[in-house]
This record gives sequence, structure tokens and C-alpha cells, in this order.
Amino acid sequence: MIAVMKQEKKTIHPLKFIMWAGCASIVMMFAGLSSAYIVKRNQANWLSFDIPVIFYYSTAVIILSSVTIMLSRKAFINREMKHYKRWLFLTTILGITFVLLQYLGFKQLWASGITLTRNVSFSFLYIIVGLHAVHVMGGVVALVIMYLKSFSRRRKNYNQIYIDLMNTYWHFVDLLWIYLLFFLLLIR
Amino acid sequence: MNNEEVLHEKPLVVHDAGHAIHEHHHQSFITKYIFSQDHKMISKQYLLTGIIWAVIGGFFSVIFRLQLGFPDQTFPFLEDIFGHWAKGGRLDTEFYYALVTMHGTILVFFVLTAGLSGTFSNFLIPLQVGARDMASPFLNMLSYWFFFLASIVMFSSLFLQTGPASGGWTIYPPLSALGDAMDGSKGGMDFWLTSIALFIISVLLGGLNYITTVLNMRTKGMYMTRLPLTVWSFLFTAILGVLTFPVLLSAVVLLLFDRHLGTSFYLSDIVIGGKILPNEGGSPILFQHLFWFLGHPEVYIIALPAMGITSEVISTNSRKPIFGYMAMVGSFFAIASLSFLVWAHHMFVSGMNPFLGSFFVLFTLLIAVPSAIKVFNWLTTLWKGNIHFTPGMLFAIGFVSLFISGGLTGIWLGNSALDLHLHDTYFVIAHFHLVMGVASMFGMFAGVYHWYPKMFGRFMNHTLSYLHFWISFIGAYFIFWPMHYEGLAGMPRRYYDFSNWESFKMFGGLNEFISITAIIVFAAQFLFIFNFFYSMYKGRKVTERNKNPWHSTTMEWTTPIHPPHGNWVSEIPEVHRWPYDYGKDGRDFIAQTEPVGADESKH
Repeated sequence: MIAVMKQEKKTIHPLKFIMWAGCASIVMMFAGLSSAYIVKRNQANWLSFDIPVIFYYSTAVIILSSVTIMLSRKAFINREMKHYKRWLFLTTILGITFVLLQYLGFKQLWASGITLTRNVSFSFLYIIVGLHAVHVMGGVVALVIMYLKSFSRRRKNYNQIYIDLMNTYWHFVDLLWIYLLFFLLLIR
Repeated sequence: MNNEEVLHEKPLVVHDAGHAIHEHHHQSFITKYIFSQDHKMISKQYLLTGIIWAVIGGFFSVIFRLQLGFPDQTFPFLEDIFGHWAKGGRLDTEFYYALVTMHGTILVFFVLTAGLSGTFSNFLIPLQVGARDMASPFLNMLSYWFFFLASIVMFSSLFLQTGPASGGWTIYPPLSALGDAMDGSKGGMDFWLTSIALFIISVLLGGLNYITTVLNMRTKGMYMTRLPLTVWSFLFTAILGVLTFPVLLSAVVLLLFDRHLGTSFYLSDIVIGGKILPNEGGSPILFQHLFWFLGHPEVYIIALPAMGITSEVISTNSRKPIFGYMAMVGSFFAIASLSFLVWAHHMFVSGMNPFLGSFFVLFTLLIAVPSAIKVFNWLTTLWKGNIHFTPGMLFAIGFVSLFISGGLTGIWLGNSALDLHLHDTYFVIAHFHLVMGVASMFGMFAGVYHWYPKMFGRFMNHTLSYLHFWISFIGAYFIFWPMHYEGLAGMPRRYYDFSNWESFKMFGGLNEFISITAIIVFAAQFLFIFNFFYSMYKGRKVTERNKNPWHSTTMEWTTPIHPPHGNWVSEIPEVHRWPYDYGKDGRDFIAQTEPVGADESKH
């Protein structure tokens, strides 16, 4: 048995691979939307829009949260559980803040007359940003569960895999947002 | 993580003697049969759900065939079943569309995607690559239950007052986007969209697992070049699904917004019931692009697993190595990649730029090359083989026949010039039913007959199987061959009644003939269903002596007759050779797990 285990190739952890492939499939979803957006933009009736300033703040927040989740992982590896919990908590808060800021951005857009149904370009803006926010919210739920689990007294956690998965996903939604922001800034 | 950990979800304690401590699995009825995480049980759940859906979907086709074959007759029993949708025994026109739509949706998504690749990817991937279970048994279980949920939603839509969705399985807007357009675009459409969204999640969870299991969980010595072709086909199927279904999800989300929140992604300049709608700037073509970006690869999601099963069954029962293993893998790859570049051949008459069309014609016709390679390889595998006509083998050969017949007309339809005439006629119906509908169904039957002994530890009845095969095979040609003539004459699909057209009157008798054959073929499927359930309890048992009944080389037959969760009781065997060593060095077959002998010839 041990012999068999030792002989197994050092390949990527299957769950990590699932996460990467899952990210690829999310990318395809946004690729579908962005190509629809580009095609639409070249047709008549396209109204341009300005990105609300709040979206830049939310960008800063989500980048910061990527840093904090990295720190939490580092703390976990060094078995500094107090720091681990603290950074995890901070990441969760930053994640929630990001979603709130996106919501405020939407409100600002709406107030300035850029409503969901007025023009198809605005509809796209809401759908693309909104769907991204949904993916962030999914991550926040996972973060909350992870945070609550870190208080469990019944068992000690030495398994790093779920922390690695969370890191991958969180960096992914971060990068996805940065891509979307540039996309919306450059093509509108 | 190695295979042992996957099963136990946490690192194993390893004994001093070097043996993993096997926890005693205490399984209740619920964890064993309902919320099971065992890939074999999940595959049976998929198969069972698929069979139920196939009966419903097939039944619907029989009902609308009654209308098409006998437009001037009434069938009072229809009113007993469908109530106000068949007043006086005549199908309501709108309900006719609902039946057509549901038949397509059910067969394409619920039977030939979930039922086919859900069943066999789940069952065969871990067993044939030598894994204890999927990479994530939990996600695998979720995948089935999302499918189940999708099924429940779709099934409930049949009982709505306004009926299920009825804009065709492609649900093109603006028809599907406007509830005022017809009853079938009201609640039924929302149920349809919700159900498909759930279904997409199920496909993604399943597909991610299949890919990861094939790439990461193979046993020692199972190089990619030693994978059975079934596993290769499931791998490419899963990759296609994971990359294209999310795009359908985008399309579905946009459509839901158009329906309920007043956006105009697909809508522009519409007058409905004398009222001008405010929607402006949308384009229905956008939906067609998004839909067919999934829709075309979907065809290969349906066909590839059937091709993989056929390759395996034909090689085993010809007692010959598969001809051109690498060419088979290469053509899988070619078909999978080309399938991303051909979607607009469904849209030649949609008003898209005709110069764009020529690009799609080129790539569509290119698919003929890998398809022909596959057909050539199947035929040359059969050539001079020692053919054993088991029921599985008959269905596999049937697949090849249907694939050739249906594939050849694909070359006609792929030409944008010819397509102008043939688009949306019965020619198209004949083409895709033969090449991906019935053919993939045959691939599925081949798989069930071939792996039934492994699934249930018993054999199916051969006489019933042969009867089932010949009626289905001859019936399939009798049903779809005449449709080519109708299509060439310009008879459009999805029409309720052709008896008003002078030019189509001559097809009255032919339509009757098709309908009667369809009823017979549908009835014959109950031979299979009876056989399937009867054999589960009363079939001839697989004994230890013939636990590899078809003398296969692949790994699933090295497991116990009733494999436990974890598949192999002791260590997973090591693999030493490719899976097609039939008739080598004077031996009938050599299992993949047998080490290469010193004086063995090279393969």
C-alpha cells in the first residue's frame, strides 16, 4: 500500500484541477457575454456610458481582499491560527464590502438615468457586473463557512486543500473583475 | 490526494503492515440507494431517470405522429389523457407545438445528454481508468440531484394550465420571449428556462468530475495512450460540455431578463396584438448565435459517447484490435475542436452575412474528414474479424450503419446553397434523427446490453434483445428514410397539417406509413424495458467463472461481480498494455493488467 502510494506520480490535486476547470467554464460564460456585447456595440442604437467612480473603489477593495486571503493562507501554513482567522475575517468583510459598493454603483448609475431597460448597452452593463457580483457572493458564502469552521473545537484542521481552493477562486473572481473593468472602460 | 483518500474524504491512517485500515461501511438505504456517492449507483440513477424520460419523450412523438399520419381522424382516447388539449380527440394546435418542443427538449437534454453520458461516464470512467471513485464523489452526487431537480421542474411544466414551453426546443425569441405571443410562452417557458439552468449546473458538475478523474486518477501504468476509446470519448464530451454549456446559461439569463425585466437583448420593433412594444435595439440573431454555440457542440456531446461505446464493443466482439487507435483519438480531438467553429451552419437562412456563411460551410464540411476516419476504422475493425453477434454488437453495428446514412446527408445540409432549399424541411428531420438521434440511442443500447452484466451481475435475455434490435433497426429506416423524399419536395417541419397543400397531398399515405411504423417501434422499446427490469431480478446470473463474459481486456471486468464502493477489494491492479490486445500471439485476448511477457511480439 505504502509502496503504491509512494509510486504515484506527483500530479496536481484532483480538487484543484476541478477548481481550475470550473474557472474555465465561468470564463466561457463571460466570454459569451462579452462577445455578444462587442457584436451589439457595432450595431445601431448603442449608447455609451461612464463607469461610476465607486467601481474604482470596489476594485481597490477586491485587490486588497486578494492580499488578505493570501496572508490568511500563509498564516495557516505557519499554524498561526489566530492570524489565520483574523485575515479570513477581514477577507470576508472586504468581500461583502465589494458587493455593497457594486450595489451603490448601480444605484448611482440608476440615479443618473442609466437604467436597466433604457438601452441595451445599459442592460449589458448591469448583467455583466451583476453576474460577476453573484460569483463574488458565492465566494463570500464559502468564506463565511470556512470562517465558522475555524472555530470548531471538535476537530483540528490540518488540511490545507480547501484553503488553497478558496485562494484560487478568490484570485479568480478578482482577476475576472479587473478584466471586466478594463473591458467596460475600453469598449463602451 | 490518492485514490484511497478520495473515498474516505480524509487522509488515511496507514497501518504498520502497510495496509490501509478499511473502515467498515455501514450504509443505510438512503445513503446506498438515494443520496449515494458511489459512481456506480449514480450511473444507475442516471440510467433509470433517462429511461423514464425516454418513455415520456417517445410517447409524445407517437401522439404527434398520430396527428401527422391521420390528420382527418379523431382519437377519443387522447381527450381522456390530455383533456382540453385534445377536445373531441383532435390535438389542439398549440398543444401540438408543445409536444414537438417537449419531445426535442427531453430527448436531446434529458435522455441523450444526461441519460447517455451521465450513465456511462459515471459507470465506466472510474472502472476503466482504475480509480476507486470520481475525483469528488460529493460533487458527483450533486450533479445527479441537480439533474433530478431539473427533471422535476420540466415535468411539472406539463401540468400548467397554459401548457409547457412550445416554441421548439431551440426556443428562439421573440416568440419565446413574449408571453402574449402564445400560451406556450407563458409559465411553461419560465419552467423550461429554470429547468435548463439547473440542468446546466448538473452537466458542469458532472463534466468537471469526468475530466479530472480521467486526467488525474488513473491507476499506475494507465497512460493516456492506454485508455480505452470509451474513456477518450467521455473526456472529449465532458470538455465540450464544460466549455459550451455556460454560454447557453448566458443566453438563458438574457432571455429571462427580456421576459421579466423589460430589457431588449433579443427584442426590437415588435407589434403584438396591435400594440407596439417599447423594446428597441435587440436582435433575435444574437440568441441564435449564443444558442448554437452550445447547440452544435451539443450534437457531439450526444454523439461522441455513442462513438466511444461503439468502438469498444465492435473491437471486443470482432476479437480484433481496434483499427487505428491513434487515428480514433485524433479524430475525436478533431471533431471536438471543429465543433466549436461550425455553429452558424444552423443559421444560413437567418439573415446573417452570407460571406460569413462560406467560412462555416468550409469548417462544417471539414468535419466529414474525421467522421469518415472513424467509419473507416470501424469497418476495418470488423473486416475479417471473428464476429460475435451479441446484442451489444448488433446495436454497435447498427450505430455505424445509421451514422453513415445520416452523416452523408450532413454533407448536403452543410452547403449553404443547398441549405436554402432544405432548411427546416423534413430532410433535416431525417438527417439529424438518423445521425445523432437514433444512432446515439443505438450507442446507448449497445452500452446497456454490453455492460449490463457488470452493472447488475446478471444477463439480459438474448431473444428479446434480438427482437428489440431488428424491430428498432428496420423501423428506424422505415420511419426516417421516406422523410428525405418529403423534405426534398419542400415539406416543412413543425407543421400541424399538410392535407391543405396540393403539392404535399401525395405524401398522405407515406405519412400514415411513417406513423404506423413509429407506433410499432415505440411498442418494441417495451421489450427492452421489460427485459431490463425482469433481468435485474430474474436474469441468468454472472458466475465467478464467466465474470468477464465478453472476454474483454479492460479493467472493469477485473473487479468482483458486485463491486463494492471502491471497486477493487484489494489494491487497484497495475496496467501494462493498451486495451485492445485481441488475437495476439495466438491468444484470444490479453487483459490490460497482465504484464508484457518476455517473448511477446510488439504491438
